[in-house]
Amino acid sequence: MSSTTSAQSVEAHGKDSVEDEPHGTFKGYVTGFVLAAILTAIPFWLVMGDVLGDSRVTGIVVMAFAMVQVVVHMIYFLHMNTRAEGGWTVLALIFTSTVVIITLVGSLWVMHHLNVNMMPMSVEDMKKHMH
Amino acid sequence: MFSNPDLQKLVFGRLTWDAIPLHDPILIVTFIGVVLGGTALLGAITYFRFWGVLWREWFTSVDHKKIGIMYIILALVMLLRGFSDALLMRSQQAIAFGANEGYLPPHHYDQIFTAHGVIMIFFVAMPLVTGLMNYVVPLQIGARDVAFPFLNNFSFWMTVSGAATVMVSLFVGEFARTGWLAMPPLSGAEYSPGVGVDYYIWALQIAGIGTLLSGINLIATIIKMRAPGMTMMKMPIFVWSALCTNVLIVAAFPILTAVLALLSMDRYVGTHFFTNDLGGNPMMYVNLIWIWGHPEVYILILPAFGVFSEIVSTYSSKRLFGYASMVYALVVITILAYLVWLHHFFTMGSGASVNSFFGITTMIISIPTGAKIFNWLFTMYRGRIRFEVPMLWTLGFMVTFVIGGMTGVLLAVPPADFVLHNSLFLVAHFHNVIIGGVLFGMFAGITYWYPKAFGYKLDPFWGKVSFWFWLSGFYVAFMPLYLLGLMGVTRRLNRIEDPSLQVWFVIAGLGAVLILFGILSFMMTLFVSYRRREELRDVSGDPWHGRTLEWSTSSPPPDYNFAFTPVIHDYDAWWDMKRRGYERPREGYRSIHMPKNTGTGVILGALSTVFSFAVIWYMWPLAALAITGIVVVAIVHTFNYNRDTTIPAETVVSVEAQHTRMLAAAQA
Repeated sequence: MSSTTSAQSVEAHGKDSVEDEPHGTFKGYVTGFVLAAILTAIPFWLVMGDVLGDSRVTGIVVMAFAMVQVVVHMIYFLHMNTRAEGGWTVLALIFTSTVVIITLVGSLWVMHHLNVNMMPMSVEDMKKHMH
Repeated sequence: MFSNPDLQKLVFGRLTWDAIPLHDPILIVTFIGVVLGGTALLGAITYFRFWGVLWREWFTSVDHKKIGIMYIILALVMLLRGFSDALLMRSQQAIAFGANEGYLPPHHYDQIFTAHGVIMIFFVAMPLVTGLMNYVVPLQIGARDVAFPFLNNFSFWMTVSGAATVMVSLFVGEFARTGWLAMPPLSGAEYSPGVGVDYYIWALQIAGIGTLLSGINLIATIIKMRAPGMTMMKMPIFVWSALCTNVLIVAAFPILTAVLALLSMDRYVGTHFFTNDLGGNPMMYVNLIWIWGHPEVYILILPAFGVFSEIVSTYSSKRLFGYASMVYALVVITILAYLVWLHHFFTMGSGASVNSFFGITTMIISIPTGAKIFNWLFTMYRGRIRFEVPMLWTLGFMVTFVIGGMTGVLLAVPPADFVLHNSLFLVAHFHNVIIGGVLFGMFAGITYWYPKAFGYKLDPFWGKVSFWFWLSGFYVAFMPLYLLGLMGVTRRLNRIEDPSLQVWFVIAGLGAVLILFGILSFMMTLFVSYRRREELRDVSGDPWHGRTLEWSTSSPPPDYNFAFTPVIHDYDAWWDMKRRGYERPREGYRSIHMPKNTGTGVILGALSTVFSFAVIWYMWPLAALAITGIVVVAIVHTFNYNRDTTIPAETVVSVEAQHTRMLAAAQA
């Protein structure tokens, strides 16, 4: 859409035009696909085979694989690197991660406090707290 | 209507004749007024054969200037609705004491304060801000339009669709009775079984799509389409404020969308995210909605800061003091906006460590804000200040906003907040910063850029009358609320027991009447200025001796904004060009490639309104039809390759020659 309907004249785009953007190579896409497939298969195996025996540990490991998967997608499919778009892409990524981390960590912290302080306790809990 | 009740239920869902509020005389009179006014307006448009022009030149336009103007018209129309709600509340509270119950029963009063808040934030303040950014940003960076012109038109019509949904709730069914953030469990299916909360959810979801897309659009515009030579630190400060605001929009609005989606799942399919029982937790809703809600108030105020910076510098005929520190202050506020949300619910029980963290981060925000106030003062210091109307709004803002800021820092102290939470002190505080900051800023901006948009200045006499009524009206209306809040009066009451408090509510009501005169005088300004447009004509394109690029174009600017893309050498580009004896190029014009108008945005907006109405009333077949329509229209639009048009060189030559003649006439 940007090049055909953008009202800005072609000259004004100057060096920012689409030609400079990194393009994927066949090798890059295959590498990304294989990595993504492996990173998906391992969590499936962990869950279906009940390999680790503990659902909490399994959950954490699956989350870790998901994080790695996100990075693989960004590098091989979205072609993100520190130079793309004159650094704007990586800046946007840093900002987004900052906001997401603030939101998640903050919410967990706040909700933990609210649960401890405000949620009704069972009789056993109350006995425990009284000692 | 139907002999078969099952068929009626299938087609009309829960909509029956009972949903039409025939029992309420206030609504009947309003409805008759709307019908008469609407018929008169539509009749006039038909009589003057205006439909074609309206459709071809405005509704389907992808020109950022026209879309900006339409946003502001939408905001001013919705301001009248939101302000009528305010007058109803003020008059109810002025009379309903002791045995007198006033004229608004609780279920009606609750809808009014909810509608007032929702309309004023989402359909007045947001369209004003978006409209101004839309109009000004491309002109200030030397671009011919925004990055995605069709998306811009589509965003506007989604906002209109949301506004229309809220307006329909006035006459069909009811609006939410929950307050403007619709906190569960009150807003859940159990305590709000009617359609009110559903109207709220769908109006905000549809309008939210528009806001988010327009945020993406303006970020892309600012980053990719600046004129050559305009590095980030040479951008006009209003563009910086627009960039920060749109970054906030893109990061914050998805949270609102998600939390409202979870609430609608609780209401529609019986999930338990925010219910009291079965593992739900209503406190999570409060947490999430304020993670959006706090950045939202900075989304509104940052563009106002940008407007004031432009105005102070222009009317003091000086460079803005501390440009770099202004930019850093904006960026710091953008980040800090995400670190303070809990100060909206100190009293929910998070405990001392959480409360002190968020209290301190909140107080820290006053540092960059204070720096901005001092920068404006230093810009004025030893400047040749021209007290035009926009400058008056700016001065009114500086005094008023400092008061609002200080009560804000007071509320940021958790122990003080435990006393003042949910009181009229809080109500006074946020009106202080939103009226004194956002609204004054938008009126300043409208007055400042009006000659650019329409080719004539606004009448200064009526502009001043409007300013003084608004300023005095604000103080008379809200200072009593500070006082009442300190005495412990809580918000959202439709009747108060203690008759000794009545006098303060009567004073606050008089303040609202003063603000009414302020609004009427503003309408008078528009009317009188149009009548006197030949005397007030701006032929130079630069009526205020401006500093930024928009003043280098004719007033109003041509469709293509700039015949040649300007090259930027300095911050305050137009001032720099004037200083160095810039000559307009008189020849060598070429044809200009521009995007073409399209009706797709209007159609998608209309279908979205039908869709939200259908899901609100459980009319499932209609909802399925509407959503299918939306998808089909969107897909068909992607096959429309006839999207661009070329303004021939001859047209450019004649438009530019006209401007040259006007400039020559102005100098003669």
